[in-house]
Amino acid sequence: MSSLTILGLLPLLGSAVLFLLPKEREVLAKQIALGVSSAVAIAGLLMATSFDRGTSTFQFVEKYSWIPAFGINYGLGVDGMALLLILLALVLTPIVILACWNEAEGGRWSVKTFFALLLVLETMMVGVFAATDIFLFYLFFEAMLIPVYFLIGGYGTGERAAAAVKFLLYSLFGGLLMLASIIGLYVVSGDQLGAPTFDVTELSKLSINNQTEMLLFLGFFIAFAIKAPLWPFHTWLPDAAKAATPGTSVLLLGVLDKVGTYGMIRFCLTLFPDASKQLGPTIIVLSLISIFYGAFLAIWQSNGDLKRLISYTSISHFGFITLGIFAFTAQGQSGSILYMVNHGFSTAALFLIAGWMIARRNSSKVQDFGGLQRVTPLLAWSFFIAGLSSLALPGLSSFVSEFLVLVGTFVRYPLAAVIGTLGIILAALYILIPVQRSLHGPTAPGNENLKDLSLREKIAIAPVIALIIFFGFFPQILLNVINPGAQASVSALNIGGDK
Amino acid sequence: MITAPKIEYGVLGPVLIVLAAAVVAVLVEAFVSRRYRYVLQSSLSFAAIALGFLAVILNRSVSGLFAEGAVAVDGVTVVLQGTILVFALLGLLLIAERGFQSFTAQASALPGSADEQRALASGLQQTEVFPLTLFAVGGALLFPAANDLITLFVALEVLSLPLYLMAGLSQRRRLLSQEAGLKYFLLGAFSSAFFLFGSAFLYGYAGTTTFEGIKSAIKTSPGNDLYLLVGLSMLAVGLLFKVSAAPFHSWAPDVYQGAPTPITAFMAAVTKVAAFGAFLRIFYSAMGGLVWTWRPMLVAISILTMAIGTIIAIAQKDVKRVLAYSAIAHSGFLLTGIVAFNKSGLDATLLYLATYGFTTIGTFAVVTLVRDAGGEVTDLNRWSGLGKRSPLVAGIFTLFLLALAGIPLTSGFVGKFAIFSAAYKSGNISVVIAGVLASAVAAFFYIRIVVLMYFNDPQEDGTSVVIPSPVTAIAIGICAVATLVLGIFPQPAINAINSLATFVAG
Repeated sequence: MSSLTILGLLPLLGSAVLFLLPKEREVLAKQIALGVSSAVAIAGLLMATSFDRGTSTFQFVEKYSWIPAFGINYGLGVDGMALLLILLALVLTPIVILACWNEAEGGRWSVKTFFALLLVLETMMVGVFAATDIFLFYLFFEAMLIPVYFLIGGYGTGERAAAAVKFLLYSLFGGLLMLASIIGLYVVSGDQLGAPTFDVTELSKLSINNQTEMLLFLGFFIAFAIKAPLWPFHTWLPDAAKAATPGTSVLLLGVLDKVGTYGMIRFCLTLFPDASKQLGPTIIVLSLISIFYGAFLAIWQSNGDLKRLISYTSISHFGFITLGIFAFTAQGQSGSILYMVNHGFSTAALFLIAGWMIARRNSSKVQDFGGLQRVTPLLAWSFFIAGLSSLALPGLSSFVSEFLVLVGTFVRYPLAAVIGTLGIILAALYILIPVQRSLHGPTAPGNENLKDLSLREKIAIAPVIALIIFFGFFPQILLNVINPGAQASVSALNIGGDK
Repeated sequence: MITAPKIEYGVLGPVLIVLAAAVVAVLVEAFVSRRYRYVLQSSLSFAAIALGFLAVILNRSVSGLFAEGAVAVDGVTVVLQGTILVFALLGLLLIAERGFQSFTAQASALPGSADEQRALASGLQQTEVFPLTLFAVGGALLFPAANDLITLFVALEVLSLPLYLMAGLSQRRRLLSQEAGLKYFLLGAFSSAFFLFGSAFLYGYAGTTTFEGIKSAIKTSPGNDLYLLVGLSMLAVGLLFKVSAAPFHSWAPDVYQGAPTPITAFMAAVTKVAAFGAFLRIFYSAMGGLVWTWRPMLVAISILTMAIGTIIAIAQKDVKRVLAYSAIAHSGFLLTGIVAFNKSGLDATLLYLATYGFTTIGTFAVVTLVRDAGGEVTDLNRWSGLGKRSPLVAGIFTLFLLALAGIPLTSGFVGKFAIFSAAYKSGNISVVIAGVLASAVAAFFYIRIVVLMYFNDPQEDGTSVVIPSPVTAIAIGICAVATLVLGIFPQPAINAINSLATFVAG
């Protein structure tokens, strides 16, 4: 067993321990979850230090035959993009556990189950990004739904059961379309390579006839577009994010939805280059619609529900990410990958702080807040910084990625880049209006005695904010890891006139 | 002068052992005192099934035509008979449960009559169900091995007639159960008539009833093609009825619901394996030359069956009816394996049958456990909150439902993957897409039950999960383990099927 398997197994073992604990030992369960996930995060960071940044091939590779009759392997490996997304997941999990220490109390099941599910989810997140065998990827892609489903349905608020089912059905539907494409790939690879395989590297050598390639591409793309979510496949997200606990939302929007955009780069572009090129302009248009649609809905929601608002901003952000991916430039793709990481942190900050605000005030309506700046200055400042990161203020991490995406898009689709830039202005509106309404102005009645951040909350949010600022000034650390892969991916598209 | 036919008793062992045991069981029923009957009958049945299985294993390298060409024993037969016997054993375990009563005390007593009251009060436990089961198993074993239309018909009747009776034996809601039995009988008789009529047409075309004769007749095409096509269609109607494919499916929900649940489990698994086994032999082997003729028809029926099964299941409120429509949908999935018409299609169909049987028996076994004072509770609303009340049973039921839905790491996924990729390989992409979409719809109603069990609060109406005696517990355990093992390490099963499954050359 090598490092990636161990990294994935540790949280699973942790969750097994939690399941065995007696129900009453709630604090111990939380401590174990925090300990395990922190240890895994440290192990992941240590592993990352031996990552070779000079190459675009998979590293930490392991491969065992699993179901030879179908050519299925247990194959793991990471490139720069996958490594960063795994690290994002590993870093966010302990933060979420600490930040949401008391989140599980209103749940349908015991507290330990909540944390055990979080750890199971962590295993799935490592697996889904590390899988180099499409079958294994599909497996994690589907299996991931189960812990999230229970996390939303069992511990959320409001219409949690309905939201959980909606989330599950959308994802399952996408997953099944992807399955149809996977079966197609399996058969095509059997015809062309002699024996069927699911290995991504092998499959990228196939030359599929155009019509089939289009169909297979669509199966994958729709699954990923639902996951991402891209307009018009997004309708599950606001409901799920509203019903889920803030911690679940962080992992859902911060990490899980990245599987969609990750999959577009890893599978859609690599396996179906021709179809990607043909449908690229259409997807660019969808991305632009997403950017504006999400932004307008967020603005409209800026007097409404805080959690819905944040999820709409994410739809807009995912529009930027797909824009960068389907611009087919190295810069654009690097920007998109960086965007995935940065969006993970800024959304995490927004959701966690919003969650604390909501828990204190017992309301999620923006207008119920007001004057928090005076009552709870630390809370207000953290929310403010997270908001600024979301609107991509220079000096904060998101700025670099948004800039790269737009520059990368501009060289191929100038008009799309210009239109996309307008989205940034809307971002200022949908962030600054709620910030003004909730943090500034007169103290809203009922808010006079709210408590500021506790020590636990400070410890949880500090690293996120630190990272947002740090990567705003030193994005090169991440870009060095991302660039080789992005360049290789774009040059493999062989699109000509690559700028 | 008539020469005596040559019968290879050893090769026909599985069928003969089970049928002989059935005859003995009838005698036991007639002559042994009531006190010892249950013990004797159940041990006799289990022994017969086990011996039959042994005989199947001894046949594993046999390939040829026996009993004057009426029976084909080859790799496919061995796999199918082995599967049938395993499922028969699991079904028998459920039937043998006496911790609670699924069967009527005395089938001959009219519902609501004084006779019935007396039978109930005296604590009678009827045992006729054992010989009936054995006869049905015997017919099921012969059905996929039959290599002659007459043998096939006899096997079909030996399989079906006991099932008609068994469907009417339920203890609870006896009228509903008897209605189910009668409905099954009438529609079954109707389809048998179709089947026989089709056989007559085929005889008229080929001048023989053996599959070899029909096969070579198709090659040389001596007779009137119309007879062939009419005969084939009518034969197909008979078989499609047995596997409850649309539009011949309407009996299934009523019969599944009305029959005693252990019988439903037995029927759902064993009949399906037997009928699809016969399907494979007829369409792959005998009618292989006509593939371009029957394929479009089966594609249409497969898609229709999947659609009807999954869409109507959404509206069901009774767990047994949901499972019945699910069984219909699975027939649609299985038909894609017939449509594939290649070696992978054959392997995949056999694998699918094996995976599906374990899951479906397990599902119905769990259904027998959820009861109130009056008997089984099948109203889905009363299942709400089961996850809270009995986490273990709800967990196992969830596993089975996920397998039926075809979620990865369960056996259902492996089966679906194999069968859809075989169909895709044959170029029938439309059934694959329909199958995938139907799976998405199907996921909805399976998950609805999961939601009901975990996310709804329990109702205080006396619904509870009874602790089963070891027989049912063993059956559920085997089904759950098989569902997981076939989902995670399917390789040995796939290897066994792939290497065994070849038709006898003829």
